[in-house]
Amino acid sequence: MNFDFSDDQKQMRDAARKFLAEQCPPKAVREVLDGKAAYDKKLWQGLAEMGFLGVAIPEEFGGAGAGHLELCVIAEEMGRANAPVPFSSTVYLAAEALLLAGSDAQKRKWLPKIASGEAIGTLALFEGKGNPSPKAIKLQASGGTLSGVKKPVPDGAIADFAVVAARTGSSGRDSDISLFLIDLKAGGVEAKSLTNVDPTRGQAELTFKNAKAEPLGAAGEGWSILTQVLDRAAVLLAFEQVGGSDRALEMGRDYALDRIAFGRPIGSFQAVKHILADMYVSATLARSNCYYGAWALSTNASELPEAAAAARISATQAFQHCSKNNIQVHGGMGFTWEFDCHMYYRRANTTALTLGSLSYWEDQLIDRMRKKNAA
Amino acid sequence: MNFDDTPQEAAFRAEAKAWIQANAPKQYEEELRKSSLGRSVLKGANILEVAKAWQKKKADAGWACLHWPKEYGGRGASPIERVIWQQEEGPFGKLSGMFIIGHGMCGPTMMAFAGEEQKRKYLPPLASGEKVWCQLFSEPAGGSDVAGLRTRAEKKGDDWIINGQKIWTSGAHYSDYGILLTRTDPTVPKHKGLTMFFLDMKSPGVEVRPIKQASGQSDFNEVYFTDVKIPDSQRLGAVNDGWNVSLTTLMNERMSIGAGVATGFPELFDFCNSLMLEDGPAIEDRSVRSRLANYAVKASGLRYTSMRAISALSKGERPGPENSIGKLVAGSMVQEVAMYALDLQGAAGVLSGPDDAEVAGKFQAMLLRAPGTRVEGGTDEIMRNIIAERVLGLPGDIRVDKDVPFNQIPTKGRA
Repeated sequence: MNFDFSDDQKQMRDAARKFLAEQCPPKAVREVLDGKAAYDKKLWQGLAEMGFLGVAIPEEFGGAGAGHLELCVIAEEMGRANAPVPFSSTVYLAAEALLLAGSDAQKRKWLPKIASGEAIGTLALFEGKGNPSPKAIKLQASGGTLSGVKKPVPDGAIADFAVVAARTGSSGRDSDISLFLIDLKAGGVEAKSLTNVDPTRGQAELTFKNAKAEPLGAAGEGWSILTQVLDRAAVLLAFEQVGGSDRALEMGRDYALDRIAFGRPIGSFQAVKHILADMYVSATLARSNCYYGAWALSTNASELPEAAAAARISATQAFQHCSKNNIQVHGGMGFTWEFDCHMYYRRANTTALTLGSLSYWEDQLIDRMRKKNAA
Repeated sequence: MNFDDTPQEAAFRAEAKAWIQANAPKQYEEELRKSSLGRSVLKGANILEVAKAWQKKKADAGWACLHWPKEYGGRGASPIERVIWQQEEGPFGKLSGMFIIGHGMCGPTMMAFAGEEQKRKYLPPLASGEKVWCQLFSEPAGGSDVAGLRTRAEKKGDDWIINGQKIWTSGAHYSDYGILLTRTDPTVPKHKGLTMFFLDMKSPGVEVRPIKQASGQSDFNEVYFTDVKIPDSQRLGAVNDGWNVSLTTLMNERMSIGAGVATGFPELFDFCNSLMLEDGPAIEDRSVRSRLANYAVKASGLRYTSMRAISALSKGERPGPENSIGKLVAGSMVQEVAMYALDLQGAAGVLSGPDDAEVAGKFQAMLLRAPGTRVEGGTDEIMRNIIAERVLGLPGDIRVDKDVPFNQIPTKGRA
């Protein structure tokens, strides 16, 4: 048994950590947090030059052709650094959808641009409140054009193209849904930036008015493809959440060692130690669930749906738990704008929702476990 | 990343599987598989006898205490081979319960501190289960603070005379030998005046009294010592160095990897899959699904954490600290799972008789046994201290009795 990343993959993680420590210090995250930029363009270009944007994109489409295990270790570092770039929407959602369902021409058009940092992509799925569901998709496709409104769309205001879930039938079945690929700069789509809990990752409203779009994958296959894209993205985003959990735990630990109260480091009080021990427990459970997700993703195993849901739930819980208790350990200073704790708290609570919330994934996990049990 | 055996591991697994297939007491397999926390197993058979017979059979064929050297009754196997054996032994591994303390704690302590002749005499029958050992550390005044123990050992000629009381001693009532931590110098700070021995549990002056637990069962005992004589040759380590000796023992307590900790989740999932509520199957109820999902990711998190440790062993590395979370997570989880399974039964959840209760009272038994799992072998709070101090590097608690001679530590009038 070798349920671990290889030495090469660990080296890649170290390289990514070093690169991000230099190129994405908290000061850089704050530039975006404070609204001085929509995302960190310099960092985005740097990530492209390091080969990180196209790490799981095959060489024939301009990527590094490494694989998803490599992408997992990079995702973890993106989460640890709280990187203010459209990595998850472009790489986990748009690129994965193209790899799963794109025609050769579609892949040739967009994947090299993703790898080189020239194109930002996203997935336009949600239409207001609610979790992923074919019933919630009202945006209409007819005659090769899309009409309707999508929100929230992650990184929608800065994206160059989007994968859009649209209604192409009215049978009441999943096959009413089809996917489309749309060049957002070609006209017909209006993008409006929306205020959100984590300003370091943009959210937008996209209004489609008879916007020309091309089908992505077969007609009526949209929901099935989407489910697979969400599963793959769930594993990758879970690695970001695990990276964020670890960083929040480290911040709390370091502060507890440094801060003196009642004549001793606060980390010597059991009340504080036990908070930190529990953070370690949830971060460790999440990491182990994520490793299983990584294995399933990289081998395209039949266990992927169940593994993805478990990784998603566990990592969401861990990041929320670690980021809120990091603030608690910091006391009043943790609640200031000046300290970095709230950046992780914001990120934890937005990543908890972007692919569908906890209750959605809990439901998915039990469905999938039942299916396996019945099989 | 893969879950495959190396060719050597696969060969070892095949050999172990074939031997188990040919030799295990198959007639008890189903009962053992169904057993869970808080339920005694094997109706109509004496589990001690079945367990001893299985252990002896394993020892005769070289499958006992796999990681011990051959000359002491083991196999000289690698850590990963030990894990593979445990995986293959499956439900029959539950028969090893009565040997866990002897094999996991007393044996390694003897190996590190006993003389060569003693090791050759005592370890092989310990490995084969012919002799059962217990560990006599905890006392009424020293549980989590085990160094606060009071049992006295006084030198008289070539012997030591023991007086005092131990408590929470698992299996003392069927043990042949024990390792015993005593106080030999009360005038120095508590950690510096302790000495370790091993002794024959049939020695005159040793009295074992079972403790009736809150669950109604009796797994533990009180052990009283009245002028018990132990020859100096049975001392383990130097006089007053018993604390360091005990660290070897306790370190081994937490090294068990691969057997997997019981969380109660598989039982709860099966139960919810078959249970009908008023509005339909429990498994289709939203709140049930949410609870189940939360338990599911804890159980799978523990399973894959243990696989990460096994992978490290397979590569010949030392497992990381992540395995330290197992007992802490599983202990409280099994308690919550039991409470939730009863909750789903409504008022009828109070019934625990095998004919009246769902799943023959499995969850009611689990509920009553569960508080013990959060205390025994290190309380939840001690486990959190260990994670905080050894894994996260936080400072130890301030110890007010650290430099105080033991006999001057306040006792609030309790002797």
